[in-house]
Amino acid sequence: MTEIFGISLPALSGQLLIGLINGSFYALLSLGLAVIFGLLNIINFTHGAQYMMGAFVAWFLLNKTGLGYWWALVIAPIVVGATGVVIERLMLSRLYKLDHLYGLLLTFGLALIIEGAFHHQYGSAGLPYAMPSQLTGGSNLGFMYLPNYRAWVIVASLAICLATWFLIERTKLGSYLRAATENPSLVQAFGINVPRMITLTYGFGVGLAALAGVFAAPIYQVSPQMGSSLIIVVFAVVVIGGMGSIMGSIVTGFGLGIIEGLTKYFYPEASNTVIFVIMAIVLMFRPQGLFGQR
Amino acid sequence: MKLKMKVLAAAAVLALGAGTAHAQISGNVVKIGVLNDQSSLYADLGGQGSVLAARMAIEDFKAKEKGLNVEVVFADHQNKPDVGSQVARRWYDAEGVDAIFDVPNSGVALAVNQVTREKGKAFINSGAASSDLTGKQCSPNTVHWTYDTWMLANGTGKAIVKTGGDTWFFLTADYAFGHALERDTEAVVVKNGGKVLGKVRHPLNTQDFSSFLLQAQASKAKIVGLANAGGDTVNSIKQASEFGIVKGGQNLAGLLVFLTDVHGLGLDKAQGLIFTETWYWDMNDANRAFAKRFAAANGNKYPSMVHAGVYAGVLHYLKAVHALKSDDGTKVVAKMKELPTDDPLFGKGTIRADGRKLHPAYLFEVKKPSESKGPYDYYKLRSTIPANEAFRPIEQGDCPLVKK
Amino acid sequence: MSEPQPVASTALDPAWEARYQRIGMAVMFAIFLAAPFVVYPVFLMKALCFALFACAFNLLLGFGGLLSFGHAMFLGMAGYMSAHAAKIWGFPPELAILTGMAASTVLGFFAGLLAIRRQGIYFAMITLALAQMVFFFCLQAPFTGGEDGIQAVPRGKLFGLVNLSNVHAMYFTVLGVFTIGFLLIHRVIHSPYGQVLKAIRENEARAISLGYRTERYKLLAFVLSAGIAGLAGATKAIVFQLASLSDVHWTMSGEVVLMTLLGGMGTIFGPVVGAFIIIAMQSYLAELGAWVTIVQGVIFVVCVLAFRRGIVGELEAFLRRRRGP
Repeated sequence: MTEIFGISLPALSGQLLIGLINGSFYALLSLGLAVIFGLLNIINFTHGAQYMMGAFVAWFLLNKTGLGYWWALVIAPIVVGATGVVIERLMLSRLYKLDHLYGLLLTFGLALIIEGAFHHQYGSAGLPYAMPSQLTGGSNLGFMYLPNYRAWVIVASLAICLATWFLIERTKLGSYLRAATENPSLVQAFGINVPRMITLTYGFGVGLAALAGVFAAPIYQVSPQMGSSLIIVVFAVVVIGGMGSIMGSIVTGFGLGIIEGLTKYFYPEASNTVIFVIMAIVLMFRPQGLFGQR
Repeated sequence: MKLKMKVLAAAAVLALGAGTAHAQISGNVVKIGVLNDQSSLYADLGGQGSVLAARMAIEDFKAKEKGLNVEVVFADHQNKPDVGSQVARRWYDAEGVDAIFDVPNSGVALAVNQVTREKGKAFINSGAASSDLTGKQCSPNTVHWTYDTWMLANGTGKAIVKTGGDTWFFLTADYAFGHALERDTEAVVVKNGGKVLGKVRHPLNTQDFSSFLLQAQASKAKIVGLANAGGDTVNSIKQASEFGIVKGGQNLAGLLVFLTDVHGLGLDKAQGLIFTETWYWDMNDANRAFAKRFAAANGNKYPSMVHAGVYAGVLHYLKAVHALKSDDGTKVVAKMKELPTDDPLFGKGTIRADGRKLHPAYLFEVKKPSESKGPYDYYKLRSTIPANEAFRPIEQGDCPLVKK
Repeated sequence: MSEPQPVASTALDPAWEARYQRIGMAVMFAIFLAAPFVVYPVFLMKALCFALFACAFNLLLGFGGLLSFGHAMFLGMAGYMSAHAAKIWGFPPELAILTGMAASTVLGFFAGLLAIRRQGIYFAMITLALAQMVFFFCLQAPFTGGEDGIQAVPRGKLFGLVNLSNVHAMYFTVLGVFTIGFLLIHRVIHSPYGQVLKAIRENEARAISLGYRTERYKLLAFVLSAGIAGLAGATKAIVFQLASLSDVHWTMSGEVVLMTLLGGMGTIFGPVVGAFIIIAMQSYLAELGAWVTIVQGVIFVVCVLAFRRGIVGELEAFLRRRRGP
């Protein structure tokens, strides 16, 4: 066992790798939140519940229709995204003229309804979801044993995060979206259907949450509470990264996973709090976040 | 206002007088409250199954024929001590509940223990583990049935150390139960010549054990002791298999495992697990008959030892109430300790002065998939620990009720 | 958050407003004095504690225009300190409650210093972050007992004379505490300070241009709100003889928002009504388990979409319209 400055390298690297895996979930979820806030100025508290719905759709598909993991990766985001579109059309669109905090309260209420309904139906003991056979097993990396599935999660999330960033920051569609946020009436005057773009963007952000849920299903129990434990941390990630910045949330998500991993090694009891300490500090000195613009 | 106070005072005196004049059943109904986790990580080992077990006991006691009116109410404590204690308080104060049964989750159990003592009612616990219920926190109003952390530690811990598992790493649920189980097992391991190489505490209801399991692996301890229960145990075992802990040469010791957990895991993941329980459905004809009846009314889910404990506890409680012709909590519990117990599930036994129910404990090993002949056929018996050895000796408990 | 504006034709008539408040308070206190003989007193005590909590929260939100998403930290921290003081240090109940209140006031001061500097959503996020830090502190610190909480807190004798184990004695003590807190808030709102606070809520830039040091006013509102929330929490710990993690969890912060929103933010009676309704719903629907969460969510959604003034807010608007020109 090699040691550097008295720190056991294998143990540290193991925790860092676990941290990176957790960071993938943070990044994927905060990506969806950042897309929604950055482009629509809506604080989507329902995000955790939508993540949970993604996992449930995957479970449902497997256990009721026999459609497996790879199908779920495509179907779940579409299904949950569609519910997001309905929410936006029926409820959120009425609140755009009001204080942003009403949007927060509405989505908070929706989260309670969704989680309560699932809790009522399924209890909260959690349902098992079988790992896809192509991804079972793992490899011994020397300093730790890395399950294949978790490696897949890191790679896949990174790919999706970068693809989304590219879509929004570098393509024409993305530029329409960004313009529409800054000046909706002007963009509408150019003939672009701004309300529909907003609706579809919300649906897209929600779909990202559901996708994260499908990723989570094989390793965490599929349970109605799975979202509420994560949502607060994800908010912190988004705030630190910069509430409108896509790259900010990706970098902060992975970064936070790593920092949490480090903290779990040196001072495990604080690992849950470190994110909030960082958030408070960032808000004090740079309220727009590390990558945000104000 | 003055007249109102006088009338109230007079009524109070009359009520008090009537109460103490002769023993009687309050409100003419013996009301039993089943308080447990109905929706979260302990819902399977207790939950609605415990309510069913209570009802079966009332039926089998032939309460109606004996002239006793017995009712059952239930509630979900959500694993929160404040919810549990508020429900208990409301039940005792405003709804005429005379006794509370089950209550898994040691934190909640300790809170209910407190409220029951204050109100002079009865608390027969089958679901919680903390040995403090018959130790430092013992009460003349509480009976602790089924199992406790000392019994688990001694049964499982001693057996494993004696077969060579002498270095341990603990993965502990961070609340009263986890701490008690870790403390009692550590004491047994050390007493039998073993060493504890490390411990890590995880929050109750944790989803992701990866970083804790990594630390367990890094410690290179021969045994990873899981001082947790319910969903937490299932998750840690599942993820341990994902991270190749057993493949890497370490062994998992489930310090508290229920039939429902093994069912949730499946035999391929659970095989070889060694643990201690005090009741299993396939041990004799009476148990098998009970299990069949229970499963028929419970969606084909077989009873756990907690369910059996609720059944036996209600039966003995009703016996005491019937003998005393009163449902005064303190008196009934004293009677329960006086009368020897005899029920179809636990056989003959006694309840000690500190509230501890005594019965034998059994060391089980989970069968391999090939050895199981049907659903819920999961255990093989490795050894039996007789009742007088299975539980902590009464003088070691620090219970204030026990005269030294 | 700015309050929905009243309709132009019903300008506020000070004499009518004052009479309405006096009548409202008289009715409220009459109900509270008689209630324990009719309704289960422990339920009433719980509702009163939460009503005080919601009133304190409303001071900050309805009158100060600041949405805090972390108010549970004051309720819970005060509860833990009060429980600890009563159980371990052996304080009599009145001193234990004061200890709890002092703790939350100090916490409120430091939290306020950090949070006040930002507005709107950022303010809410800072309060949430701080509350989470307090939660994890309470989870880890040995004196709080982690998941089990501090149990078996003695009720003791009030001023060494009145045994609080007697449920009616406890009830009237709680009512007394509530009255003090409520009247304090009422006084603050109707003082010159309160007027400035309302002005800041309506238009902070204008208030600054008039020469007011708005930061100080907001900080004071925050500290007052924290202190009274702590008073509620400390009292609750003595009533239930238990302090637990539920009181510092972020869902508790969400509940007080719900109570205030439902009752009517910016009204003095709204939070009381909201608290009673929510607590009643939780107690009497408890057997239905998850339905409580669903109903709470539905109330949130309905209030935000169509009922932003809340019950008392709508009632007051109705009464003002009926009053006529």
